Amino acid sequence: MIAISTFRYYILRRLILSFIVLFGITIITFTLTRVIPTDPAALWVGPHARKEQVELARETLGLNKPLYIQYFIYMNDLLHGNLGISIRTHRPVIEDMLTFLPASLELIISGMMLGIIFGIPLGVFSALKKDSHIDHFNRIASIGFASMPSFWLGMILQLIFFKHLGILPAGGRISPNVAIFSPINRITGFYTIDCLLSGNWTALFDVLSHMLLPALTLAAYPMALATRMIRATMIETLEEDYIRTARAFGIPDRIINYFYALKNAIPPFITILALSFAYSLTETFLIEYVFDWPGLGRYASLAIISVDYPAIMGITLFIAFIYLFLNLIVDVIIAYLDPRIRLR
Amino acid sequence: MKKSLIKIINPKEFFKGPRVREFEYTFYVIRKNSLSMLGLFGLTLLFIIALIAPYIAPYPEDALGVTHPEKVFLPPSLEHPFGTDDLGRDIFSRVLYGTRIELTIGLIVIFLSLIIGLPLGVISGYFGGFIGEFIMRITDMFLSFPPLLLALAISVSLGPSLTNAMIAIAIAWWPWYSRLAYEQTISIREKQFIEAAKAAGISEFRILFYHILPNCLTPLIVQASMDLGSVILTAASLSFLGLGAQPPQPEWGLMCNIGRIYFLTSWWIATFPGLAIVVTVLILNLLGDGLRDVLDPRSRRFWRR
Repeated sequence: MIAISTFRYYILRRLILSFIVLFGITIITFTLTRVIPTDPAALWVGPHARKEQVELARETLGLNKPLYIQYFIYMNDLLHGNLGISIRTHRPVIEDMLTFLPASLELIISGMMLGIIFGIPLGVFSALKKDSHIDHFNRIASIGFASMPSFWLGMILQLIFFKHLGILPAGGRISPNVAIFSPINRITGFYTIDCLLSGNWTALFDVLSHMLLPALTLAAYPMALATRMIRATMIETLEEDYIRTARAFGIPDRIINYFYALKNAIPPFITILALSFAYSLTETFLIEYVFDWPGLGRYASLAIISVDYPAIMGITLFIAFIYLFLNLIVDVIIAYLDPRIRLR
Repeated sequence: MKKSLIKIINPKEFFKGPRVREFEYTFYVIRKNSLSMLGLFGLTLLFIIALIAPYIAPYPEDALGVTHPEKVFLPPSLEHPFGTDDLGRDIFSRVLYGTRIELTIGLIVIFLSLIIGLPLGVISGYFGGFIGEFIMRITDMFLSFPPLLLALAISVSLGPSLTNAMIAIAIAWWPWYSRLAYEQTISIREKQFIEAAKAAGISEFRILFYHILPNCLTPLIVQASMDLGSVILTAASLSFLGLGAQPPQPEWGLMCNIGRIYFLTSWWIATFPGLAIVVTVLILNLLGDGLRDVLDPRSRRFWRR
């Protein structure tokens, strides 16, 4: 009874704090769009505008009003899902983002899955064989993967698998001839799932071969993170009294390691999921740019290169919202699993 | 065990100041771990390279932007160990000069973030109340952006240049230090020597700057040196998207961006600067790995990206 009420109280407190932070995020992005740029109106009308045009733009953008009213208008637009019009594509930013989001999500989810599938067994293995040659190798490898700029890793993979071995495509999401001869019915926007649903095997194979290299590039950091965190947690857990007790009772090592000890790795595992998802959202800016992957990240990096303010700020806000939401979910799940945290 | 006992009894050890002992402990932890020793050695080497770059670079003028149209896209050879780029500049010389830029970026950004974060964290931790809550909520707001994303957004607003990129990264980075300084101050504030200082009638200002601040410094400096690699990686990512360093600066991220265009025909233009980033960040992360044990052996702090 008491436990439940502290849990509810914890959730309530976290929710209120998140709302305060949410408010703060909009203030920061507002500052970045309206206050820091030298003259948003001049940017809006372009470089060869006359003075009257700039004045007119200032009027229509509401830049001559006091800052707090400008902020109010900005918030009103946000609540109606209006993030402005992209300067580069001349379409509403929110529409652009929704068009490009599925491609990025598909890449991010497969990259994270790859990273975690390799990372967790490596972490467990390293912890069980602590200070062995394999453990040292794993540690150096994970530090190495965490130290690699993803754009560079992507280019090296392209060089090896596209140029020298010639077995995988260098970029894009689907080959042009496959897109023409066995087109994918857009059901979910995730090409792999769409192919599976409509039984389009030629296209599925092509899509997977396009996805492999960017997904591997994206997987490097989550894998390093997972190996490290799981290793640290496992080593710590294996020294706990209850594990020693379990050993004293004669419970087989296999059951102790994978059932009793690995259970303690669930909270860090959830943290890894959230951290690497948030990391991947930003890192796709670089990876999708290198692999020409038509997703949110490439949209963002092209917006950065062409100084497309509304698009950049829309994406920044969007990712910050996701990041905040993920952190909230992670905190709640961990507090649910570990009652000690609620009392802090 | 035995050795440490002797250390405690040894009067010479005993009369060393607490901060000297702390420093010695930090160095001891690094020495114990062969990988972090490698990191320390590597970092020293990097600083030496940065210092003597003009003397060891075969074509120092190339790093400053002199172009040679007659020898563009030369593959690696004895004359040009890393080849030449699209403007005929020697990549080896440019990579060597890049060491200077990267280390400067790392140090300046970390210094700026500490300058902003440390006082804010200490003040909010010591005074608490409304001011403390206010500062910490602002910190939370900045922490709710992934650092690379916030740095990107700010440097887009400020305009593309290396200085702006450094300012942008520092703005994205300070909340980590403010949070850490806050946590440290809270734990120090309750210690008895602070109570004693208050009882002796020492002013709040003096307590803050002479008793609390120095005690926060070690974990913050440890954390800061751990972050050096991440900062360099972030700066390289910004430059890769054209926001940080501008041509003809020999910045590694920017060189990778130029190399990307010609990558499938002339692989060496992007490969070697990228390799330099990997080696530098690896060295810093190896060192940070050992330092993490000083800060908190059970901590879950890993490389930030």
